Amino acid sequence: MKTKTSFTRSRLIPGIVIIVTGLLIFLLFAINTQPQVTSRFGMNISASSEAIQIPDLVVPAQTGIYVLALVTVFFGAWQMARGIRSTGALIGIVAFSFVASFLIWATQGKSFNMVGMLSSSLVRATPIALAALCGVISERAAVVNIGIEGTMLLSAQAAVISATVSHNLYVGLVVAILTGGLVAAFHAFMVIRFKVNQIVSGVAINIFATGATSFISSRYLEKHTDLFNNSGTFPIISIPLLSKIPILGPVLFENSLVVYLTMLLVVVLQVVLFYTPWGLRTRAVGEHPKAADTLGIDVFFVRYVNVIIGGMIAGLGGAYFTIGSVGRFDEVMTAGKGFIGLAAMIFGKWNPVGAFTSSLIFGFTDSLQVKMQILGTPIPSEFLLMAPYIVTMIVLTGIVGRAMPPAADGEPYEKQ
Amino acid sequence: MPVLELKGITKAFPGVLANDHISLTLEDGEILALLGENGAGKTTLMNILYGLYKPDEGEILVRGKNADIHEPNDAIRCGIGMVHQHFMLIPVMTVTENVMLGIEPVKNGLFLDREKVARRIREISEQYGLEVDPNAYVKDLPVGTQQRVEIIKVLYRQADILILDEPTAVLTPQEVEGLFKILHTLVQKGKSIIFITHKLKEVMAIANRITVLRGGRSVGTVLPAEMNPEKLASLMVGRQVSLVVEKAEAKPQGMTLEVKDLFVRDDHGNLVVNNITFEVHAGEVLGIAGVQGNGQTELVYSLTGLLPSLSGTIHVAGKPIQNTSPRHILEQGVAHVPEDRQKHGLVLTFPIHDNMVLCTYYLAPFARGVVLQEQEILATSEKLAKQYDVRTPSVFVNAGTLSGGNQQKIIIAREFSRPIKLLIASQPTRGLDVGSIEYIHNRIIEKRDEGTAVLLISSELDEILALSDRIAVMYKGQFVDIVPAASVTKEYLGLLMAGIKPENAPAAPSGQRTIEVDL
Repeated sequence: MKTKTSFTRSRLIPGIVIIVTGLLIFLLFAINTQPQVTSRFGMNISASSEAIQIPDLVVPAQTGIYVLALVTVFFGAWQMARGIRSTGALIGIVAFSFVASFLIWATQGKSFNMVGMLSSSLVRATPIALAALCGVISERAAVVNIGIEGTMLLSAQAAVISATVSHNLYVGLVVAILTGGLVAAFHAFMVIRFKVNQIVSGVAINIFATGATSFISSRYLEKHTDLFNNSGTFPIISIPLLSKIPILGPVLFENSLVVYLTMLLVVVLQVVLFYTPWGLRTRAVGEHPKAADTLGIDVFFVRYVNVIIGGMIAGLGGAYFTIGSVGRFDEVMTAGKGFIGLAAMIFGKWNPVGAFTSSLIFGFTDSLQVKMQILGTPIPSEFLLMAPYIVTMIVLTGIVGRAMPPAADGEPYEKQ
Repeated sequence: MPVLELKGITKAFPGVLANDHISLTLEDGEILALLGENGAGKTTLMNILYGLYKPDEGEILVRGKNADIHEPNDAIRCGIGMVHQHFMLIPVMTVTENVMLGIEPVKNGLFLDREKVARRIREISEQYGLEVDPNAYVKDLPVGTQQRVEIIKVLYRQADILILDEPTAVLTPQEVEGLFKILHTLVQKGKSIIFITHKLKEVMAIANRITVLRGGRSVGTVLPAEMNPEKLASLMVGRQVSLVVEKAEAKPQGMTLEVKDLFVRDDHGNLVVNNITFEVHAGEVLGIAGVQGNGQTELVYSLTGLLPSLSGTIHVAGKPIQNTSPRHILEQGVAHVPEDRQKHGLVLTFPIHDNMVLCTYYLAPFARGVVLQEQEILATSEKLAKQYDVRTPSVFVNAGTLSGGNQQKIIIAREFSRPIKLLIASQPTRGLDVGSIEYIHNRIIEKRDEGTAVLLISSELDEILALSDRIAVMYKGQFVDIVPAASVTKEYLGLLMAGIKPENAPAAPSGQRTIEVDL
């Protein structure tokens, strides 16, 4: 009896939430939309793109929103009556219909380049994803690295200086990766060898990085820009054939090197972590280091390697900021992306693919708020910027899809 | 030639000589029991053998050859495998993944070959009668099966010397039988086994030879045929011990604890106490038996206010206490000897005198207004320490520096010196030496005879049988049955512990009987 009532309740509450979302769509957007007005969504990134041009998507605004509201309410009712199994599907339905109707409402009577926004979402997600991957690979071995932000900042500066001095972007890339590895090695040494509190060590790295890069920047980079701080950026590489696909082509296959490397890394890390001996050992060390130790696995070695590889990934993320996007270093230019990466890691349940997907959500809202400013919507863009973090906090409380960190996460290993 | 020989192994930890020139031999195809109290140095010795500790002195010979064992890998190479007391399994991984960890076969030069390992596990299962599903997640397996996974792990590494550290601590009597059968099969197929335990009966039942450790020294190797439990116990403890708890017939009076339709969820949201109803009368001991992890812990937590209950009522001496604060509950005259004494029983970094007044520090005479009365606290603590035989240089010593037995005595002193109506004692003697066990058992019976209601939770069936007047058996959050202790057999309780309630309870001889306690 007991379990049955709680089961019904577990169906009821999400159902109500979905129906309320449907009503909100109606109240917020449908009522405020002019009849007979259309919303135009651009499906081509620009005329110069290699992709085959396709017609824009034109939606009658009010009708479109009504349909979305109805569909949402229908799914809510379905959930209450029958139950939808997957939590992911539930969140997907709510998020999609809400965001879609918001976009239709905001674009009514105007035109909005949809593919352009998706493309910039991926670009903006790149540093977040790299930070998240760094977090995944270290925390899977139970070392918390909160110093990703600082690592990226140092790497960003190292990249631009070395690339400018050597007149070679690839030198900059390698230097950035090595810098990241070096900073992470320091962190690993502190927390594994000396068992320094992992948070303290990470915070120290962040503070050091902010101070050091700002000092170098104001002392040298700003005065001798052409000597040190003007590297140029990696060009956009279009992949033949694939980039011709409408929508997907310009979003996925017309990018710079760092973005491609990120996508490659996601796949590689996912495979390594779950289908290779090294991944199995990494996860074992993160879950139950003593068990791994009794089977002859060198816990410390596994942790060192993972943290350092993580640092190199963060170094790549650092390179994105300078030689990957603007070609110069500005003070504190990482702007918290390293921390957002950690949120993406948690949201993605410590999986490379999950971390990348959640980075895309963060990137999407980031680019959405820029576009909203251009469209001139009455909602302050800061509110839009807040949305992903609110979602993160809800996730962290465990109401939706509780995420379990590796069992030994953050704990130093004592070998007798 | 013996398969394994330890010669003069010595290991000192700061302040203790854990192993003092211990020597032993293991013959081919035998089961050698390593018997000793907690703290006698059994586990230290085996961890040295397995390469987890470095010995200060001594040498290890495997099949006559000197073995250099510095880390587990060396031990594994020498064919030594260990089943640890606390399982070394990763709950979120599958059986296959746990077994292959450390020596993973690969296909295509890179990827884990899970199928190959699963096949090998099935072969081992068949060969030795170790039934297990290679694709199951370890967290979903019952404890007995997890132990089989541990044994398979060792066999997969082709060990022929198996060390089992207290393997029966977490098993039901039936599972123990099963384990013994497996051990016999293993020995028949040419393996040699070291079986670490402190339980006398098990030793008598399974060992070919017994090496007894006491205080870090080997006090002799004997044959079970020449021994009886009393002799073994005195060899192990170093003095005569009483194996029987002496107690008079209980004289139960009015109802003290009344629990009705109780439901409790654990931290993960699992329903772990599922509709429990019982009562405990003043002057009787109700024992709750059951394998660890069947909801006993959460039941106690909800009775003592550490975990909220979903529904149901709990009354102590007629007053409702469900979902109130621990302080409110203890003020109703409830004493709690918690399962995890270091976490819930004591503040380890506080001195003994502060620990002695943790329940009463805010009351007169220990506090006047907001000011603690140091003199009063010290005087009372010193008196209690003497009265309850807490062996310590002074009451200013931090509780964390004392031995388990003395820590437990602080808790007993604190809880028993208050006027209490109900005593909830959860695993009161877990990990203690025989002397302390004897002492605590006698105190509990003393409290019962004073008219306190006692709720005893223990996973040691012998302890339950020795102390209880009635016995409830808990399985998967429910009471399978509540039976009078005087007319029940161990076998019947074993069945109940496995969740089986036989239609016709076997009748046991009534009347006077003594119960032996495995120390």
